[in-house]
Amino acid sequence: MSNYDKSMALTGQPPKSLSLNQKLATVLGMMGMGILLLATFNVSFPNKTLWLTVSLLAISLGTLWFSWDAYSRKLPGIKNDGVWFKSISSRGLWGWMAGLALTGFYIILYFYPEYLGLVNGGENKGVIALFDPLSKLLSGNPASQWFVYGTLYTVAILIFGIKFLWKYRHNRYERLRTFSVMFFQLAFAFIIPEVMARLNGHKILNGGSLPYYDLKSIWPLNYYNFEGYRIKGFLSSGDIGFALLIFGIISIFVITPILTYRYGKRWYCSWVCGCGGLAETAGDAFRQLSDKSVNAWKIERWVVHSVVVFVTLMTTAVVYSYLGTDTSKYWLTKSTFLIGVAALLTLVFGLVMLFKRDQLQKDAQYGAIGYFVIIMALIGFHFFSGEGQVFLFKSETLRKTYSFLIGSIFSGVIGTGFYPIFGSRVWCRFGCPMAAILGFQQRLFSRFRITTNGGQCISCGNCSTYCEMGIDVRTYAQKGENIVRASCVGCGICSAVCPRGVLKLENGPLEGRIDSNQILLGNDVDLMSLVNQK
Amino acid sequence: MEHIAIIGNGIAGVTAARHIRKLSDKKITIISSETQYFFSRTALMYVYMGHMKFEHTQPYENHFWKKNRIDLIQGFVTKVNPEVKNVLLENGHAIPYDKLIIATGSKPNKFGWPGQELEGVQGLYSKQDLDLLEKNAPNNTVCQRAVIVGGGLIGIELAEMLRTRNIPVTFLVRENSFWNGVLPNGESQMINEHIQEHHIDLRLNASLKEIIADENGRVKSVIVAETGEEIPCNVVGLTAGVTPNIDFLKDSGIELGRGVKVNRFLETNMEDVYAIGDCAEQHEAIGNRRPVEAVWYTGRMMGETLAQTICGNKTEYNPGHWFNSAKFLDIEYQTYGWVFPEKKKKENETHFHWRHAKEKKCITIAFDQESKQLLGLNTFGIRIRHQIVDQWLSDKKDIDFVMEHLADANFDPEFYRTYEPQIVSKYNTDFGTSIQPKKKNLKRIFQLG
Repeated sequence: MSNYDKSMALTGQPPKSLSLNQKLATVLGMMGMGILLLATFNVSFPNKTLWLTVSLLAISLGTLWFSWDAYSRKLPGIKNDGVWFKSISSRGLWGWMAGLALTGFYIILYFYPEYLGLVNGGENKGVIALFDPLSKLLSGNPASQWFVYGTLYTVAILIFGIKFLWKYRHNRYERLRTFSVMFFQLAFAFIIPEVMARLNGHKILNGGSLPYYDLKSIWPLNYYNFEGYRIKGFLSSGDIGFALLIFGIISIFVITPILTYRYGKRWYCSWVCGCGGLAETAGDAFRQLSDKSVNAWKIERWVVHSVVVFVTLMTTAVVYSYLGTDTSKYWLTKSTFLIGVAALLTLVFGLVMLFKRDQLQKDAQYGAIGYFVIIMALIGFHFFSGEGQVFLFKSETLRKTYSFLIGSIFSGVIGTGFYPIFGSRVWCRFGCPMAAILGFQQRLFSRFRITTNGGQCISCGNCSTYCEMGIDVRTYAQKGENIVRASCVGCGICSAVCPRGVLKLENGPLEGRIDSNQILLGNDVDLMSLVNQK
Repeated sequence: MEHIAIIGNGIAGVTAARHIRKLSDKKITIISSETQYFFSRTALMYVYMGHMKFEHTQPYENHFWKKNRIDLIQGFVTKVNPEVKNVLLENGHAIPYDKLIIATGSKPNKFGWPGQELEGVQGLYSKQDLDLLEKNAPNNTVCQRAVIVGGGLIGIELAEMLRTRNIPVTFLVRENSFWNGVLPNGESQMINEHIQEHHIDLRLNASLKEIIADENGRVKSVIVAETGEEIPCNVVGLTAGVTPNIDFLKDSGIELGRGVKVNRFLETNMEDVYAIGDCAEQHEAIGNRRPVEAVWYTGRMMGETLAQTICGNKTEYNPGHWFNSAKFLDIEYQTYGWVFPEKKKKENETHFHWRHAKEKKCITIAFDQESKQLLGLNTFGIRIRHQIVDQWLSDKKDIDFVMEHLADANFDPEFYRTYEPQIVSKYNTDFGTSIQPKKKNLKRIFQLG
């Protein structure tokens, strides 16, 4: 509310002002960033290892010092004082500046890496060169823009992870979850793939070389996993390569459904995933900015499911493009593959429509039918139009478009760049096809739900405000209805911020998981049973 | 079409409106002078603390009301005329009704203290009070100290709010321990400690004598009755309970006591006039409840009940087992059934109390000395599953059963440490039993047989 900001003072008032320690910490962190910036503008640092270390240490220590000062003298408990007064976390000037800076960084990273100092086939320059020593230490190769990004990404998850651990030190669910995302980012996304690169050409891989593989990144999030060059890489790398390829396939078709059935999609989205990891740590300060309106929910459903359709078509087309036609050479040919895809989609669609139709809203039913018809028509079209290109498009065009629109613009520039404007989970909510597939299962076939505690809700709105996925949690809680939503990533913050102990994330029997009461617990027993009869 | 007019857009009035709409096509009008749209009163504190913006406290999007054909009028009702069936607004308009629901809530108590009308003296109840607090205590330069009078739920919330802006707070509590008219000693004592941990200057056995003005008619200081001490301050928060907000009904012919007198059908003495929520007063208290129940949940339940009556299914207000909850700074509190403080409890009520050695967590269970039947349960820092305890109370389970199945009632987030073994072991020591706590059982919790 604007009337709360009448003061003309340049310094903030508690709780939005910075302490002396926090100001010093900010200076320290900025100095670390300054080194990176100077390197970007080709200031040559004599000892790259030293200056890179100084820079990353300054950034990390600055952030940790700042957070320590914010939380160490406070008792364990919810720490949201002043969130909506601070410019950075309430779409104020600092919020917009941070948004612009991040967006700018992503645009340069994806489309103009030469400005960061990338030199193809030559010695790196700029900030990328600054990271060469670290990259050589890990993988033996010079750094790329992706290595710089990966390092900063990991550092961000680690330092803001520690901040988050302090902030929620009273909450073991939050702590364990944060340890988990920190571990998976550091080990699985950062160190293991880099070290694995050292094996390339080694006899253990039969002299082959593996594609860069973050093992926790599952198709369709890593939409490129089944592209021709990667398949070649896997298949040329002996048993290990073959095992990785198989792992890539079973992780989406076997592991994912089992874990999602047992725990909901949170096992991935807020315990393992790197995008989720960044959102939960560095993005935590922005979770309250997500749009909770019913309109936003409508847009979300259409956009995210369209991305699933897009990625399915694209991957099918890409795999199709490098398969052969001769069954005697290899059992999997272009035609068998397409028929297989069609059969699988029909099976899933058929089962859902048969058993779970009543759990889908009308528009979801129409949407599902629509998408199904489109895909089937395209596959059918292919068989009638003969060989050549798949569907109506060139697979390469489809892949490039997806990679540009979804892989770069959506997940990076908008997804992370706009943290301070749209909240921390824009990508996960509107764009991530993996989240959509997991969510689809979570809604229809999972033990996970957020239980509403009888009649204790006071409709205060903390749960909805702090839901990063824009779920209006209160709408359910005040009706005594369990929250079973496809988009819920199970971060547990709604439960944490609830002042009345109303919400609990839990796994339980499917029966009675989705329910809605007209009258809540605590009222006349006869009246309740009369009105709640279904 | 029958026209239902509702005065007050708090939880009671709005719940009634929603349920009437679900059950019927009647014309519904809600009149409120406070705000245009319904908001959660209990959430006002979070706006001052910066956890939420005011619009976040509104449970329904603004298009909800039009979509559900609930007309909203922002205006102050000055008079109700049950004989001609209309209400008069301050702006001179008269609004006719077929049935009238009075749901005007409460206002802060003022006990005639000298200086209670000075500038800088305020309660904390309405949106206007929140705006006033923002003016009176924007920061610790304008408000160098605040004194809060009255040790109840609103008092401690106001203290928490002011502390988020680093405003020094002195908290005058008339009793010898915080809220011990409601809480048993062990619990009350733990909250005393917690208040002090938050650097709130807690003064027990201290009540307000008078408020002193400066030369501009603003608060300068307060005098403590017991000690005569003068405490300089810029803001005085009056939080010594609330009283029904019914002044506008004085000459309406509607029977008034402390609140609007109603029978079990929530009917007043005038035909087609009903009262629900904080402002309603039962002729006779229901069970252990008070005649005036100024609680969020009871307001909601009365709204649910009255909607039935208005839509043709005449229904008594017959609330189930008592429950309530609150948050004292960082400590969540939940209560189910009845746990009375020492000075109010009956002879047959026995208490079992357990408190964590270091953390601020405790539990008190009240049971009948003879039959051992569970009477009620209070927890601090431990969440409890409403449905389970409600069932236990209905089934008249005894304390031994409760002890054995305590794990089923836990509602803390996953991976939280649980304390059932320690609690049960303390119980065994206290009462010479040898109960073995059972493990949490999903089947029992979700009642699948």
